[in-house]
Amino acid sequence: MKRIIIATVQDRGGVLNRITGMLHRRQFNIESISVGASDVKGISKMTFVVEISDKQKLEQLTKQLNKQIDVIKVLDVTDKAIVTRELALVKVVANNQTRPEIMTLITAFRADVIDISKDSLMIQVTGKPEKVDALIGLLRPYGIKDLTKTGLTAFPRGYQPEQGFSELNNMSAHG
Amino acid sequence: MKVNANQGVEVKSNLVTGSDLLVQALEKAGVEVVFGYPGGAVLPIYDALHRNDTTFKHVLSRHEQGSIHAAEGYARVSGKPGVVIATSGPGATNLITGITDAMMDSIPLVVFTGQVAKQVIGTDAFQEADVMGITTPVTKYNYQVNDIADLPRIVNEAFHVATTGRPGPVVIDIPKSISETVTINDYEDDFYLPGYQPTVYPNPMQISKVTDELSKAEKPVILAGAGILIAGATEELKQFVNNWEIPVVTTLLGLGSYPGGDNLSLGMGGMHGTYAANRAIYESDLLINIGARFDDRLTGNLQHFAPNAKVAHIDIDPAEIGKNVETAIPIVADAKQALNVLLLQEVNRGDYTAWLDKIKKNQKEYPLWYNREDNPISPQWLIEQVYEKSNGEAVVTTDVGQHQMWAAQFYTFKNPDNWVTSGGLGTMGFGFPAAIGAQIAKPDKMVISIVGDGGFQMTLQELSILKTQNLPVKVVILNNEALGMVRQWQETFYEERYSHSLFSENPDFVKLAESYGIKGMRVEDEKNVPDALEEAFSHDGPVVIDCRIERQTCVYPMIAPGKGMHEMIGVTK
Ligand SMILES: Cc1ncc(C[n+]2csc(CCOP(=O)(O)OP(=O)(O)O)c2C)c(N)n1
Repeated sequence: MKRIIIATVQDRGGVLNRITGMLHRRQFNIESISVGASDVKGISKMTFVVEISDKQKLEQLTKQLNKQIDVIKVLDVTDKAIVTRELALVKVVANNQTRPEIMTLITAFRADVIDISKDSLMIQVTGKPEKVDALIGLLRPYGIKDLTKTGLTAFPRGYQPEQGFSELNNMSAHG
Repeated sequence: MKVNANQGVEVKSNLVTGSDLLVQALEKAGVEVVFGYPGGAVLPIYDALHRNDTTFKHVLSRHEQGSIHAAEGYARVSGKPGVVIATSGPGATNLITGITDAMMDSIPLVVFTGQVAKQVIGTDAFQEADVMGITTPVTKYNYQVNDIADLPRIVNEAFHVATTGRPGPVVIDIPKSISETVTINDYEDDFYLPGYQPTVYPNPMQISKVTDELSKAEKPVILAGAGILIAGATEELKQFVNNWEIPVVTTLLGLGSYPGGDNLSLGMGGMHGTYAANRAIYESDLLINIGARFDDRLTGNLQHFAPNAKVAHIDIDPAEIGKNVETAIPIVADAKQALNVLLLQEVNRGDYTAWLDKIKKNQKEYPLWYNREDNPISPQWLIEQVYEKSNGEAVVTTDVGQHQMWAAQFYTFKNPDNWVTSGGLGTMGFGFPAAIGAQIAKPDKMVISIVGDGGFQMTLQELSILKTQNLPVKVVILNNEALGMVRQWQETFYEERYSHSLFSENPDFVKLAESYGIKGMRVEDEKNVPDALEEAFSHDGPVVIDCRIERQTCVYPMIAPGKGMHEMIGVTK
């Protein structure tokens, strides 16, 4: 199962290395990590997307993250009402014939053209991973020259329906 | 030629160097002894040790690995953190085995490594090594000091992190440009660690679940680990066990957490544990683990580990609970605090009569056994003699291998903190330097280091310390002219193909000891053992005794790798 986990960390030297090293050593399968500042100075947020085989492994993951001295809070938001976003930059082959076609296509995804050259277009798309992947799928036939994604970042919504909390979240809270 | 290292720097009286700040911080932390070895990047620190009239002493080893294992031995028996200083590059990398060992066995260490000057970090400067990168996976935490103003805070914080919660090693990497900087002497050392708040007190609801289960259980057993020793909870455990009359199995590292030889003590469990201990775990319906981590050498094949038991697990490290064994009652707490709350509960036992009878029967019918030889000496009998001649009161350190298992099986540990061994990492070369640290921690106690002829040769250069520090450590070599444990596995699992496990040439250990100015002895016959041990143990100084033991003896009983607790071999002769 895919899980989305947010860790709030104290922004100290080597913290990213420490955490990714631990995840690698303990054989957790990380699909993406994104790291960014929070609104508190010295505190950062890390969002992990991990592929986890079972509940026991997931519990280990949150516990191992919590065990890190720099980690202040770990939240498994997978089962919560959340907003997830990622950003992709796609450089796609474009000539005079295909350019207008591509530009029409991307408007449906509210993506932007941010650079145009003689034989390519650079497109920026933001949104849920499914949306980003769908657009990339549609662009692929034109020929993708280059592509980069930021990885996922996520936030729980302000309103949480009761059943949104999984049993596991409760367990890791006192761990 | 003399060159003033601080040339051109006008040292005013209220100014100090970074190294002086370090010395002050160590004194403030109450450090008694530092184990170290100098080199280029720590010259300013060593100069400060020389210039200042420090309240702690420095013990110079002959190899950094010797320093760090000595610090581990010191920490294990004193309960205080071991402190180590080494230079950058090779000095730091020589510490890695000891740091990893301390991480695996939860030993508090604060380790200082020199680093090249800040301006040249990252340029592959002379004796530069990425100490932060190398030590991150094997430390509880690590720091590189980038600003001298942080130094007192980092040292203070490091001692806190190393010694609280689940103890472990902390590394502080200090660039030479920091240790030699001249600076003012008024930095704060307060720290704030919002992400590090170990849970010490147990959830009382969880504790009452344990006693509820105990009143329903018919076959309860306690697994006692080193967490009890670290928490200083042996008295509480004793009382809890006596109140409820529950049999106790100890782990290798937990030996001494419950008095060995006591009625309810089943001895060590695991790969070379007693039949009664492993059988009790296998058959139990309630397993209460206090301060052990369900290591695979203890559990054997997890599928067959305590298959019918409800498991309660008390551990200060939440990540250990449920890691290897599914746990019905998780309790995150310090072992002493958890036991204190357990002791407050009403005692309402289930009926354990049949269970205790069965356990007694197992103990009686399947005790540890061995064959007696005359010449050479039977190793297990030798350990029993060591026990007798030291009144069972010595601090015993071991290396790793057969002798370690025999010491664990046949030296009955009645008291806490008398046993120092490398468990999790299984580090050959650990035992002898660990004895040095133990003797420094307990100058009035007899410290016996039981080692193999293989492992002793990994760190024997530290014989120098025995001489220079005048430490009366007794080194008992169980000399089987082999890497015995490797030889045993080759005999058992590789059809006696003894690939590189037999020593054709060993040094003359007696002459070797003498060359260090230390008394050396050799015993080859059993009949000479009692007198030799008496002579060695009453000698007012260090002794090395080369004991020639039977070379083919194997450690039994055994749970072969991959097998379950019910599949022990070599249970009887
Ligand atoms: C540093 C290190 N290298 C290798 C091993 C693997 N090993 C485990 S036991 C053993 C043999 C130890 O021989 P010795 O010290 O003579 O003790 P004995 O088993 O004979 O009592 C070896 C090589 C180890 N544990 N540690």
